[in-house]
Amino acid sequence: MELTEEYKYMDVIHRCFRCGYCKFPQDWEDVDNCPSYARYRLESYSNGGRLWLIRAWIRGEIPWSEHLANIVYSCVACKNCEEKCPLSFAGDIVNMVVAARNLMVEQGLVAPPVKQYLEKVQLHGNPWGLGANKRKQWMGDLSVESYQGQDYLYFVGSEGAYDSRAQKATRALAEILQNAGVSFGVLGSEETDDGNEAELLGEDGLVEVLAEKNISKFNETGVKKIITLSPHAYNALKNIYPRFGGNFEVYHYTQLLAELLKAERFQAPKLDSVKITFHDPCFLGRWNNEYRAPRKVLQALGGTQLIEMGRNRESALCCGGGSANYFMDLLGGSPDSPARIRVRQARETGADILAVACPNCLTMLEDAVKVEGFESELIVKDISEILNEY
Amino acid sequence: MDAIYKKLLDIVGEDYVSNQNEELFTYSKDLGTSDPKWPDYVVAPKTTEEVSRIVKLANEENLAVVPLGGGLSLAGLALPLKGGIELDLKRMDQILELNEQDRYIILEAGASHGKLTAYLEKNTPHLKHSEPGAPPAATIGGNLAIHGQGDLGHPYGFNSDMINGLEVVLPSGEICRFGSCALGNDWYTMHPLPDLNMFMGWSGSTGIITKVSLRLFPCKKIQEQDALVLDDADLVPEVLFKLTHIGMAEDIIVVSQEIPPPFNRLHYILINLAGDTNLELEFKRQLIFDTHLSSYIQEGRAGIGASGQDIQRPVVSKTSDWRKGGGFEYVGAIVPISSYPKCYRHGVEVSGRHHIPYTTLGRVLGTGHSMMFSWTFAFNRADEETVRHAREALHETDKEVLKMGGTLWKPAVFGQKILMDQMDCATLQLMQKVKHMLDPNGIMNPGNWEVS
Repeated sequence: MELTEEYKYMDVIHRCFRCGYCKFPQDWEDVDNCPSYARYRLESYSNGGRLWLIRAWIRGEIPWSEHLANIVYSCVACKNCEEKCPLSFAGDIVNMVVAARNLMVEQGLVAPPVKQYLEKVQLHGNPWGLGANKRKQWMGDLSVESYQGQDYLYFVGSEGAYDSRAQKATRALAEILQNAGVSFGVLGSEETDDGNEAELLGEDGLVEVLAEKNISKFNETGVKKIITLSPHAYNALKNIYPRFGGNFEVYHYTQLLAELLKAERFQAPKLDSVKITFHDPCFLGRWNNEYRAPRKVLQALGGTQLIEMGRNRESALCCGGGSANYFMDLLGGSPDSPARIRVRQARETGADILAVACPNCLTMLEDAVKVEGFESELIVKDISEILNEY
Repeated sequence: MDAIYKKLLDIVGEDYVSNQNEELFTYSKDLGTSDPKWPDYVVAPKTTEEVSRIVKLANEENLAVVPLGGGLSLAGLALPLKGGIELDLKRMDQILELNEQDRYIILEAGASHGKLTAYLEKNTPHLKHSEPGAPPAATIGGNLAIHGQGDLGHPYGFNSDMINGLEVVLPSGEICRFGSCALGNDWYTMHPLPDLNMFMGWSGSTGIITKVSLRLFPCKKIQEQDALVLDDADLVPEVLFKLTHIGMAEDIIVVSQEIPPPFNRLHYILINLAGDTNLELEFKRQLIFDTHLSSYIQEGRAGIGASGQDIQRPVVSKTSDWRKGGGFEYVGAIVPISSYPKCYRHGVEVSGRHHIPYTTLGRVLGTGHSMMFSWTFAFNRADEETVRHAREALHETDKEVLKMGGTLWKPAVFGQKILMDQMDCATLQLMQKVKHMLDPNGIMNPGNWEVS
């Protein structure tokens, strides 16, 4: 079958005018709110350029190349473009990119980093290629119950389980939940990758396998309500799993904590005159329209001042880690890497702590703080860590 | 490795030069109806010095250099018609100095108008610049290189008349400054030195604008848009004459378009007003509507279309989707305001003949001294027949503009040619001499403003 017949958005993709709204935040502060365009500053890496290239490839005007694949995969699916595009098809921009990736995957035409990522998730259930038995390493000496019908399943996710930095947030959240008396358990080595990034990378078959494996385990153990550490997992479980018959009550942990605080189930600590700025994760904010819960939690902290970055909520600049780029790092290696731009924006606020609510953002931004040399001025902490450590 | 590529890489670094198919394809395309033209290299410099070195290299290698800003002229003016180096200037986007007291701002030419607007709103909300109707990605330098206009066109004219200083990389690679900054002074005026500004309206074919001092104007605290609606095109010049006599508006635009239906065959005169107090605004509104325009309303020849509306920034990109096809292009012309009725009628006629919903717009420039009139033709990028119709409508309109005594604004190569065919011989020869003196090797955006 011709690519033009296989591509799902052939009747839409030509409608992008390449006017460039997609590069901006809401207030037009600069053209660098599209992470891949910010990094490379060539039109081919803007969303308009990418869509025109995809259309040209599908129509046979240009051949596939590894460079083309890198451009297509350099979109981190942050949805800034969808937020800013004034045209009626705006809500399908990321879908158009993902549909092109679907075709590239089907034809085996992906760049090496994407191939490696997908292979490791397929073979090992996580992008690190580590064994399932290591999924419980994050617990250390913390005793966490296995899921056996408790109120909530705590879905840790691959980053929370394997990434050494994210593990601290995973543990902090477990301790908070325990201290608040929340009835929860974990799947430990029975959990597998949530599939959110596999979906965005265009590997539909793998998404199905991962989702069905997790859903089957959830059903088998009687899971009804799920708390996720990662907004990426939150998005997968909430929006992708219903396609495969998995319908659960899914909460990002900040949503649950906001409710617990309101119900006075636990008390947020009082800090000693600390300024905090918050980085909205794309998969909580633009993907799921949740901007309030993390702020409610942060505002409950005593002794703190929450200072917003100029680009916040719908206009937040992505850390550049979405769509598996926290792993593949197609946007790294430059002062214009989005994570480095973002920590410079955070530093401008004068905040002591850059708060995040996503393990990917945590790793991306902490690395960026180190590269920028801001360690003595700005600490990156997950909200769970702030609540638990102070 | 390609030797020229290697030299470009040495100048800008590996991330910002490409000779790969994907970048060449991307930069071969314009947003309008122009056919693709492929560059040999795409380069995105960061500094004036880098631009200078690239231009010197282009002279050595006899390669064309085509400066690109936002790429929003829609007329193919930054397409590499003869290959060579496509110079994407958008990395040169720094705001260098704001001088509130003397009301100017110095910035790099690749900065976007959106960025400047946001910067002024944040840092000096009592000052504004003349923002073009283009999307916010339009750049400062690109807009000047085509003699752009903006939303302060009525009181202050063309944006290219709002410059207090310029830095330009000449086709030789020399870096030249114009205005008070050429004396080492602040960038506060272009005058009264002998006029050497030969870069506005040349679409980058005489040099590359790299820095600009732009005039800023008072930004009043309260802004509103009012609208007067007429169904008689012949009445529009008379009403505009009165409005420009009053001199209270910041921007006056006349819109008539088939979509949405309420605009069809009607003429909406949009009047932007501003005041620091409600009293000031009310005074202006009363002067316009109660004193000068009330007779038209009482006689039933006009109606109030809107009053006290928030000013919405135009989103012209939406026009590209009228045919669900991602494209439009327009002919712009500078015409006397008295030409409005025939300009409008041509728009309806030519659009109808080419099965395109008609869209016409006129913006008053200066105190009614002229008007930028545009005829917009939407097309479906995926339907070659609609592209052909749009292209024909554009060419027919180009010719009609000259027939009506208008002057094409930022014409595509087709329009440039018919305009030069009609131009006074001595003027044309002077253009040729200027171009040859500045660019003896003919490397600067060749194919544009070429006198045959």
